[in-house]
Amino acid sequence: MEHEGERTDGWALYEIFIRARAGLDHKHVGSVHATDARMALEHARDVYTRRQEGISIWVVRSADILASDPADADALFEPARDKVYRHPTFYDIPDEVKTL
Amino acid sequence: MSATATASAAPDAAVAAARVRYVLRLADASLVLAQRLGEWIGHAPALEEDLGLANTALDLMGQARLLLGYAGELEGQGRDEDALAFLREEHEFLNPTLVEQPNGDFAHTIVRQFLFDAWQHELYTGLTSSSDERLAAIAAKALKETRYHLSYSSGWVVRLGDGTEESHARMQGALDALWPYTSELVETDELDRKMIAAGVAPPMEPMAAAWSARIDAVLRDATLARPAAAIYRWSGKQGRHSEHLGYLLADMQHLARTYPGATW
Repeated sequence: MEHEGERTDGWALYEIFIRARAGLDHKHVGSVHATDARMALEHARDVYTRRQEGISIWVVRSADILASDPADADALFEPARDKVYRHPTFYDIPDEVKTL
Repeated sequence: MSATATASAAPDAAVAAARVRYVLRLADASLVLAQRLGEWIGHAPALEEDLGLANTALDLMGQARLLLGYAGELEGQGRDEDALAFLREEHEFLNPTLVEQPNGDFAHTIVRQFLFDAWQHELYTGLTSSSDERLAAIAAKALKETRYHLSYSSGWVVRLGDGTEESHARMQGALDALWPYTSELVETDELDRKMIAAGVAPPMEPMAAAWSARIDAVLRDATLARPAAAIYRWSGKQGRHSEHLGYLLADMQHLARTYPGATW
């Protein structure tokens, strides 16, 4: 199967996820080219954590990510538009509750 | 001054002078290699490698600044890190000859880096228990950087050594070319002996053995053959350099020498 970003010279694209601080989620920050996962991790460290942006890195081969097709957006996301009752906005929050 | 006081002051002065030279050796190794790695900026095989090599260069530059600053203080003649980096002559640089060797192709750069990282790793590990507390502190900070450098360079050695026929041949060629420069890393000279006796430098044999074992392990993974020991002995750490250092220093120093005291 052909993937976008797949190269024929042994290099591949990796997506980089960085956790900024303990307790936060890993967040997608960009991508790097590398020939293997270890190199991708080192490149991610060198490219994306130069200014103390993170304490943990995940790398994932871009080709291993299955993405939704923008052409399917109507079918996938439109139907949710008129279902406002799915938002938890119909509850009365007692004044005493401060942190919700 | 009594005769006994003179007799005891003379060796102290000799040890103090030796300590300045020893710290300069450490500083110059990092400084010269940083300058070499900087030459890759804008030319590395991939943007990511460009940044990786630059990061390593900046780590080494940081180490050199700490060490040169300390050497200047020890010397006590008012020379700061800039004066020591930019206003010394070629024969006053005490880096091992290995680090001044040209970048060559990527294989040469990586092999040079690996041979040096493996050595610096042992050296800084040993220096963390130096009797010189300032050196021990600098070594402890630098060791964290060196650990990463070593992981980076040994990863590339294995990848390219155990890669394609072309990459294997280039790596073996680079290893054969650079191997003769490694003997001075692990040989003990008069200055080393003085510093080891003073508890400043770690004993050489355990470091040399650990270095050698690591080289063997990585070369085995990389399917590369360890070259035979070379007969000719380089002695950059005593200030006698290959023809390459002069050109490197001309590049590195010309701005500071053309515009003395320039700042930005």
